[in-house]
This record gives sequence, C-alpha cells and structure tokens, in this order.
Amino acid sequence: MQTSPSYRIHFLVLLLILLAAFLVNLSMGSVSIPLTEIISVFVGNGSTKATWEYILIDYRLPKAITAMLAGGGLAISGLLMQTLFRNPLAGPFVLGLSSGASLGVAILILGASAFGGFFGTMLLSQWSLVIASALGSFLVLLAVLAVTFRIKDTMAILIIGLMFGSVTTAVVSVLSYFSNAEQLQQYIFWSFGSLGNQSWQGVTILSICFLAGLILSIISSKSLNTLLLGENYAKSMGIHIKKTTFIIILATSILAGGITAFVGPIAFVGLAVPHLVRQFYKTSNHLILLPAVLLCGSLLMLICDTIAQLPFSEFTLPINAITSLIGAPVVIWLLVRKRKLFF
Amino acid sequence: MASVEKNIILEAKNLAVGYSSKKSDSVIAKEINFSIKKGELVGLVGANGIGKSTLLRTLTGMQNPLKGDVFLNEKHINSYTSFELATELSVVLTEAPASKNLSVLEMISLGRQPYTNWIGTLTREDKNAINFALEATETTTLAHRKCFELSDGQMQRVAIARAIAQDTPIIILDEPTTHLDIYHRAYVLKLLKKLASETQKTIFFSTHEIDLAIQLTDKMLVMAKDENHFESPCKLIESGKFDALFPKETIDFDRETGRFIIKS
Repeated sequence: MQTSPSYRIHFLVLLLILLAAFLVNLSMGSVSIPLTEIISVFVGNGSTKATWEYILIDYRLPKAITAMLAGGGLAISGLLMQTLFRNPLAGPFVLGLSSGASLGVAILILGASAFGGFFGTMLLSQWSLVIASALGSFLVLLAVLAVTFRIKDTMAILIIGLMFGSVTTAVVSVLSYFSNAEQLQQYIFWSFGSLGNQSWQGVTILSICFLAGLILSIISSKSLNTLLLGENYAKSMGIHIKKTTFIIILATSILAGGITAFVGPIAFVGLAVPHLVRQFYKTSNHLILLPAVLLCGSLLMLICDTIAQLPFSEFTLPINAITSLIGAPVVIWLLVRKRKLFF
Repeated sequence: MASVEKNIILEAKNLAVGYSSKKSDSVIAKEINFSIKKGELVGLVGANGIGKSTLLRTLTGMQNPLKGDVFLNEKHINSYTSFELATELSVVLTEAPASKNLSVLEMISLGRQPYTNWIGTLTREDKNAINFALEATETTTLAHRKCFELSDGQMQRVAIARAIAQDTPIIILDEPTTHLDIYHRAYVLKLLKKLASETQKTIFFSTHEIDLAIQLTDKMLVMAKDENHFESPCKLIESGKFDALFPKETIDFDRETGRFIIKS
C-alpha cells in the first residue's frame, strides 16, 4: 500500500509524548520523586536518597515498562482481531479471549490445591501462569475460529464469543465455589488487574511474549492489508487463508494471553485504541497502523496507570477500572461523532 | 494453424461444476467447453442460478471442478500454485471490499500484492502499474477518497482498476454491471472492450446485459438448462441459441434487433 512520509513526524511527536508520560509516571505516586533525581539514577549517578533509587529501580520502572508492554500489546491484538474478523467490535475482551485466559488462570490457581503439595506450588510459578493463560485464550480463539469457518455472519461470531465468555465465567464461578478463601483471594486480585509488583524476571518474560507477538504481527502485516479486501479477494491474490489466519491467531493469543497472565484481564484498551488511531491516521496500511497502535496503547496505559496510583496519596486503584472508565467513553464518543465504526 | 493454436490462453474441456460434499456431488452445470484466445472479450450469459458464478469460481481456482479440466496457457490449472495463479489471473467479485475505510489508492495498490516484497513496499514499477490502472479507469481524481464515499458506478471502476493493477493476462469479472445505471453499464463494458483490444488482456465476464454483450463481445458462452454454447454473438443469434435461454411465454428473443422483448 502506498504510504506517505509525513507520518514520520506523527511518530516522532508520539514518541516524545510517550517519553514524557513515562517520566511523569515514574515521578508520580505515593512518594513524588523529582525529575532531576530520576535522570540522575538513570545516568548512573545514583540518587540523593537510597529509598528513591530503590523505589525507582525495583518498583516503578518495572511497573512503567509493564504498563507500556501491556497497553501496546493489547492494542495490537485488538487491531489484529478487528482485521481478521473484519468487524470493528472485535477485540481480545469481546471475543472471549480474556475470559479464556481467566479460565486458564482460574483452573491453575483454584485447581492447584487438587494437585496438592510440591506439584501444586510448582504449577504456580510465573511461567505456568503465562502458559495457562495463553493456552486458555488460544483455545477460546480456536473455538471462535472453528465457528467462523462455519458461519459467515460476523454478528453471530461476536455473539458466540460473548457466549464463550459467559461459559468461562460460569466455570470460574463453579471453581471458586469449591476452592478455599486464600486461593480465591489470589484469583480475585489477579482479576482486578495490576501492573505493579512485577519482578524484573516477570518483565523479561512479558517482553519475550510481547516481542514474539509483535514479530508475528509484522510478518502478517502484508496479509492483513490484503484481508481488508475480503477473504475471496485475498485468495485470488495468492494468500494462504488458513496459514495466515493461524499466524494472526497465534500472535493475538501470545499477546493477549501473555499480558493477561501478568496484569490480569484489562478491558477496552484492545478495542478502543485501534479506533482512536484510525481517527488520526487516515490510512488502512497495517505497517503504519501497527506502530501507531503500539505507541498509543502504551501511552494510554501509562496515563491510566498514573491516574490509578492516585498521585500524592497512598491508594492504588485497580487498573481495570481506570481503563474501562477511560475506554468506554472514548468508544461512545467515537460512535456518536462518526455514527459508524470502521475497521 | 499452430500459431493460431498457440494463442489459446484459457480452455475448458468437458467441465462440470458444482459443489461436492461427502455424500454426493451436486452438479450445477456440466459439459462446458470453450477455448478463449489472447485479447478476447468474452461474455457469459444465462439465467439466474444456472451456474455462472460457480463456473467463474471454478475458473479462478476458488473451487475444484467436479469433472473435466481447465487449462491455462495449455497447462492444467491445478499445476499452478495459488501464488503463480495470482500473476496470471485477477478477479473482480460482486462483493465490495470488506473494509470500506480503504482509500481508492490503497485498494488499487493492494492489486500489486503478488509482486511486492514481504512488507509490501511499492517499487517504481508498482507505482507505474497503479497509475496506469487509475488512468485507464478514469479514477485518478478519486484516488484519495475513501471507498464508503463512492457511488456504485465509481466503486465498480475502482474494483476494475485493482484488477488492472494486478497486471495479469486474464481478468475474470462476476457481473460487473449489476447495480449500475444504463450509462455506467455501457461505460463499464466499453472499458472492458477497450482494455481487451488495447492491452491484449483476455477478459471473461458474466452479465445479464445480453443485448449490450451481443454488441461488444468477441465470443459468448451461453449457459442454458441442458446445453452450453460457445460462439461469436452473430453465430449464436443465427443458430437461435438465445431463444432457449428463458421461458418463451414471458420474454422472447428478437433476432432482428438482438434484444429480448416482453410478451404481452
């Protein structure tokens, strides 16, 4: 597709805003750290207060990076889903992907007691959370896709996605009924969504998932563009539909599944950001949309996190609530303004 | 004689099309025979449900024939990979692009997909092909419009431009004149005629505009209930092949004017 070089300025501005948001995010919180101190720590000169350095390196920095990875990754998975299903309403949440991830994690956390002892604790390592969550979302996506091959009506597919969502929610309720209070609490906290308390090891695992998903999306970008014409046209231009669909689904499940495992089910970012980006970038080329959606998703998540940690207070709100509070009005505003959502 | 034979680009031998399921095959049309030469404009006519779209889907490799063979450049169509086929044969379907948010230029550029690299970068050659397609269909002024802003007539021109940009020796169109007013119907068919004669592309299209097709095409494939005929329009009229297309008590073919007339 034809692209114009003027987008470079767009990206540069976005990157600068992202950097600014990143620094603000680092400095804000229950303890406010001045910008000069942050830069001094990064440069390697250390901080005047040892606690500040500790807070920055071991808490706020992993949290900010997690926020950016999660926001960018979810937004990309939303974009992939909207193009794959050729439906503006598609997203990791609506299609039951996040519910699938929740189910995977619920079975792992709540079912760990069934395995008991050493095996149970081994199951609860960070990698197993990721695998369970990615597996859950992958299975739901496969189920949705199996239905897609039979039913051509996209509205029916969305409804089926919602149904999968309710079924998984129901299974989670049944599981929680039989599990003990401690495990239930662990699961509930996970489902609130939290960007904090990430170890550097966790951030590394998340980055690997993110990179894998990103690379798969970039590889698919040409096919994604062709899919905009519809499946039959794509076939006529030599695209292998099944192979392409599989790669896109793989990318989405690694991204959405991996992220959900670490930060919990986060609503609306995946659905809202691609639409937001389409307002500013008058193109359908995924090579432009992918980085734009990535940057905007990261930015939105950083801002949401900055709000969630309530500057100058000791409280932290659940991140899931903030993204919904911001995401839902954005989608409503877009619909009212445009009267029609395109993908 | 050998040189004449060589010009045959698309050929069907004893072709039967339809849908196969595990239990049985449901044949929609059978005993289809034709051979189309390079640069020919060929119209496909027949009543609704006679199997025109099914035949086109079979020719473009989207579904397999139930019986018989299709030859492209004297090679069996199954010997082409889907990627090779994309550089030999382009299509214009009845369906609109899935994303109406595409701009005209983006949609036409997508026709270059079989030639571009893994991220779809357009080379100078690609841009030339796109510009040629824009000019040939007179869509240059529409280039930066979005597809949802176009009228049916404009949309059809853009769809044809995309196929031209794909730069294939054969273009297959499924009912390119539906939803169009009489001017645009004539415009589209004349455009196809011009393309076939000027660029030596082979163009095969299905249509319900039998009278327009008779005036413009080199050959026509008439699909009727029991038999299919492939000839030049004049010979088809002479031998009365159009008479059998529709039930006579409602409309009848007038051989003098080459049109169908409603029976009172």
